[in-house]
Amino acid sequence: MLEKALRGSRGYWTWIIFLLAVVLIGFSFYLRQLDDGLGITGMSRDVSWGLYIAQFTFLVGVAASAVMLIMPYYLHDYKAFGKITVLGEFLAVSAVIMCILFIFVDLGQPSRVMNVILYPSPGSILFWDMVVLSGYLLINIVTGWVILSCDQKEIPPPAWVKPLIYLSIPWAISIHTVTAFIYAGLPGRTFWLTAIMAPRFLASAFASGPALLILFCLIMKKCTGFDAGRSAIQTLARIAAYALAASIFFVMVELFTVFYSGIPEHEEPFRYLFAGLDGHNNLVVWMWASAALAAGALAALIYPRARQNEAILAVACVAVFISLWIEKGLGLVVTGFIPSPLVAVTEYFPTGPEIAITLGIWAGGLLILTMLYQIFLAVRLEKQGQ
Amino acid sequence: MTTSRREFLKIAGASALTLITFPVFPVGAKENVRIPGQDFTSAKPLTARRWAMAIDTSKCSKDCTDCIVACHAIHNVPDFGNPKDEVKWIWQEPFAAVFPDNQHAYSGQAIQKMRLPVLCNHCANPSCVRVCPTQATFKRPDGIVMMDYHRCIGCRLCMAGCPYGARSMNFHDPRPFIAKINPDFPTRTKGVVEKCNFCQERLAKGLLPACVLACKEKALVFGDLEDPLSDIRSLLKERFNLRRKAHLGTRPQIYYIV
Ligand code: SF4
Ligand code: SF4
Repeated sequence: MLEKALRGSRGYWTWIIFLLAVVLIGFSFYLRQLDDGLGITGMSRDVSWGLYIAQFTFLVGVAASAVMLIMPYYLHDYKAFGKITVLGEFLAVSAVIMCILFIFVDLGQPSRVMNVILYPSPGSILFWDMVVLSGYLLINIVTGWVILSCDQKEIPPPAWVKPLIYLSIPWAISIHTVTAFIYAGLPGRTFWLTAIMAPRFLASAFASGPALLILFCLIMKKCTGFDAGRSAIQTLARIAAYALAASIFFVMVELFTVFYSGIPEHEEPFRYLFAGLDGHNNLVVWMWASAALAAGALAALIYPRARQNEAILAVACVAVFISLWIEKGLGLVVTGFIPSPLVAVTEYFPTGPEIAITLGIWAGGLLILTMLYQIFLAVRLEKQGQ
Repeated sequence: MTTSRREFLKIAGASALTLITFPVFPVGAKENVRIPGQDFTSAKPLTARRWAMAIDTSKCSKDCTDCIVACHAIHNVPDFGNPKDEVKWIWQEPFAAVFPDNQHAYSGQAIQKMRLPVLCNHCANPSCVRVCPTQATFKRPDGIVMMDYHRCIGCRLCMAGCPYGARSMNFHDPRPFIAKINPDFPTRTKGVVEKCNFCQERLAKGLLPACVLACKEKALVFGDLEDPLSDIRSLLKERFNLRRKAHLGTRPQIYYIV
């Protein structure tokens, strides 16, 4: 089945070569980072995590969102998703691979990464994150692959896949919960120190993941003739709408507690985000853009007439994705370090090499995803043709 | 990237050094050495059930950097020359930054102008140890929170976990940025985190911490908290003192006498 990824149109190959080029550029900058150290990034003593860890956090959400296809189909027998559950699983596979790469490039001593396994530390949330992420990767590779190859041979999937699929549901929740716990358990970082962190992560994940899947389905429909089906897409849109509403609600709940209680340590990071602190306002424009995009997208997604128009739906999904990427992939991680434990406000600016490495990993993830989807399409279109 | 042979030998040498110093851990050492005077030295390792430090802020002058200079020279702390990549083990901060909860507009000039030494608090319940995925940061039975520079993967979770900003990352190879390398203490590689180690290498040789000895005003008092007869105990009994962010439950072991 793998060979199917090597057969494609001219457009397919142009896209693959483009992605490969971005990967190579990123890789060459990574070699430089290996040589010089993490000093070539914008991270500092005060803001010691940046773009890499933020992308990791965002992508864990994208990975977890596969469950929004699995659950309706396998638990509620929602037939319309039958055709596309594999798309969710493959998206999860490529997202988890990106997560692992982002953690890896963030390490100061990558050659020692095995120390996490050699000296297992069950008290460390990062240890558990490694456990759940690698488990999730494995589950999704196996289930996605087996289901697709059985489809191709037109035989029912073997009985042992079902329990694995059921297992993947709580497992998906666990990857994002554990990732939230990395942040929510640190005593001095008041911005992250909130129990709403895990629910917020999950809600935003279940909005951004389905939004991305809708976009992929619309692109495939346009470019390849594979149609996921109107009802599948509309249901995904409804899921994204509910999740986005929950995500916005959770943010508001947090804002209430922070500002009504008036505890300065809790207020300051939020003031930094939305108004600027001590004259530092790097993220203010971004955060308001994120808020506006979320509000607009929510309006479009809950209004049925708008949602049913696929052009509007596509725009709304792009808005959801960008809005939540800003929230998690930009604002969430950096702001945890502002102000610093010694009440200094240090801004963070990602550097060129850092952005190139980040884009390289995104391109690598998209490359894997494109090839997996190409295989999926080949199998599905073959069957449609018959 | 390949590790050159030279680099490997350096690492091997440094590892051997750690191996030599480790067996003198005061694990299970029953006898508690008291420290009568600050110039006390002995060939016998100094041991304690819980090391701690009291800082008499009234004695600490804001223009003096003796403790900082001594510590950073002995421990091969690099000077990268910019605040972004800065590595520091002990340094000075204004009162308002050290005790944000205790400052207000009406405190006197003396308090507002005050600059206090800050360093790792060697917390009794250290969040940095809890979060480290490799146990490269660990707590010894005598309370010293230490780093294994050969195990650290540079994930910086401990930097996020420390509520005091006590930790620094080597964002570059530190060696070219060390003014004069002290051959008795290992240098670090790029990509690992470091911080104050309460001079465990000196305690093992019977020497008090470098900062304590460097301070001419004797503002830093180091000793065993579990020993009721120690200087630090009587100081803490008699003089009012504060700990940084004690409400976080990390149980910091640096006591500021104000
Ligand atoms: S001050 Fe920070 S680095 Fe030192 S022991 Fe406490 S938490 Fe760890
Ligand atoms: S940077 Fe090193 S010491 Fe700190 S948590 Fe990671 S492995 Fe542990």
